[in-house]
Amino acid sequence: MALTRKDIEYIAHLARLEVHEDEIPAYTDKLGKIIGFIDALDAAETGDLLPMAHPLNMSQRLRPDVVTAADQRDVYQQNAAEKEGGLYIVPRVVE
Amino acid sequence: MQWEVVIGLEVHAQLATHSKIFSGASTAYGAEPNTQADLVTLGYPGVLPVLNQEVVVMAAKFGLAVGATVAPRSVFARKNYFYPDLPKGYQISQYELPIVEHGHIDLTLEDGSVKRIGITRAHLEEDAGKSLHENMGGKTGIDLNRAGTPLLEIVSEPDMRSAKEAVNYMRRIHQIVRYLGISDGNMQEGSFRCDANVSVRPVGQQELGTRTEIKNLNSFRFVEKAINFEIERQIEVIEDGGKVVQETRLYDSDRDETRSMRGKEEANDYRYFPDPDLLPVEISAEFLESVKAAMPELPQAKAARFAAQYGLKSVDIEVLTAAQGTADYFEAVAAGCDAKLAANWVTGELGAALNRDGLDIAESRIGPAALIGLLKRIEDNTVSGKIAKDVFATMWDEGSDADAIINAKGLKQITDTGAIEAAVDRVIAENPEQVQQFREGKDKVLGFFVGQVMKATQGKANPGQVNQMLRDKLNS
Repeated sequence: MALTRKDIEYIAHLARLEVHEDEIPAYTDKLGKIIGFIDALDAAETGDLLPMAHPLNMSQRLRPDVVTAADQRDVYQQNAAEKEGGLYIVPRVVE
Repeated sequence: MQWEVVIGLEVHAQLATHSKIFSGASTAYGAEPNTQADLVTLGYPGVLPVLNQEVVVMAAKFGLAVGATVAPRSVFARKNYFYPDLPKGYQISQYELPIVEHGHIDLTLEDGSVKRIGITRAHLEEDAGKSLHENMGGKTGIDLNRAGTPLLEIVSEPDMRSAKEAVNYMRRIHQIVRYLGISDGNMQEGSFRCDANVSVRPVGQQELGTRTEIKNLNSFRFVEKAINFEIERQIEVIEDGGKVVQETRLYDSDRDETRSMRGKEEANDYRYFPDPDLLPVEISAEFLESVKAAMPELPQAKAARFAAQYGLKSVDIEVLTAAQGTADYFEAVAAGCDAKLAANWVTGELGAALNRDGLDIAESRIGPAALIGLLKRIEDNTVSGKIAKDVFATMWDEGSDADAIINAKGLKQITDTGAIEAAVDRVIAENPEQVQQFREGKDKVLGFFVGQVMKATQGKANPGQVNQMLRDKLNS
């Protein structure tokens, strides 16, 4: 399946990536090749096989419902670009 | 044109766990911002989610309660979108293989008929954080305490045909999750909320009309009002020759209207895929059996038992079984006195007092044992029902027991025939005009006499005795 310029712009937008105009042809070509690999996988006979949700043939381990995390807000918020009154401050999100 | 309304609900119930769905951070409500946001909640690189066992138990309980299939294997998926209340850039949810599928709720409609509402699925997911926009100097503040709180999203079939039915369904779900103890159902704190999908179509048309989704309704009243507004709006749009646009709308309770959330609508492309950080959840037959064994008696079964065991009226049963706490309280009282008397007082006097003070029955100022103490005094004719209400009020305010109040205030019913007779004679002597009326056939005047005698005895005379004595004397 060939990708178009529109596809690249759309994927970049979903990933919130800024792609320069002159990079688009290269991405179209390279991502198109990856999609090509997936086409090759499509050729495999999967019939009644259950879709694989995880490569490990195991089931989810469960954790007891116990509070184990102590409050370390001050430590974590050292990495925050902006904070106020315990809140993380981000550019305004318009509702 | 006649219109048919089609409604489906997505109910979000926060599960009442101590810790979050994928980490050991606390889920307690009302903490200081971000003090319950650990590394997993914050989406730090390198951390891994580990599923909370209690969440699986709770979802299984719900599945069993609504006659659904609890999936032996379910899978968590990533729902990708960017919003700062979700730092990972995706919400962990379930998509293709939810934990619960194909259930139902039977609603009793106003005409007494029963209508089955299908539950398509119920899946587990994590709640998002809170964004605060007010007084932030043009910025947004993020509190991630709520992020990672376990949610059970319960999706109905589009089986409801009016706002009333939708509310009825939501109330039943609310009742069930509270009976199961899997959610506190607190709507003010957002533990229980719903999105409503609403469309209209001409009666008789098979094909569904275009639907809109009303987001984040957090009270039964708002659900009803928002849906009714939306129905009117859609019909008006169509009758004016327009088309309903498929979109998300918000209900504004101050203005009682729904408004489009245009703008947020673009590119709802969530690119769901199985979360590689989590393995499939497997539920064994033994696990499910152990959950089944721990299931409480559910509202419908309890209602049927109350009817058979206590012979109560269906209106009373509805009130008594609405919440587990009320049912337990009633049964504790009914164990110590007549069940119908107990039902009358729990639904009547007690219910009114709780309502007035905004208390849950668990916080009642009068416990079941104290109420039995009072009702026993009605049963043995120590006090009349009317005086008992005064005693109840004093018990409620002062916390003392019924006997102490009856003794201290001298409220014991007068059973001494002589004392009652004296009062009756006096009242008859003082009201010759009414005596005349009664003898002329105005039976209603008897009520006046009873009232006068009760007043003369400060309500302590036995009303039955007074009645009888008055009749005897007036007719002689």
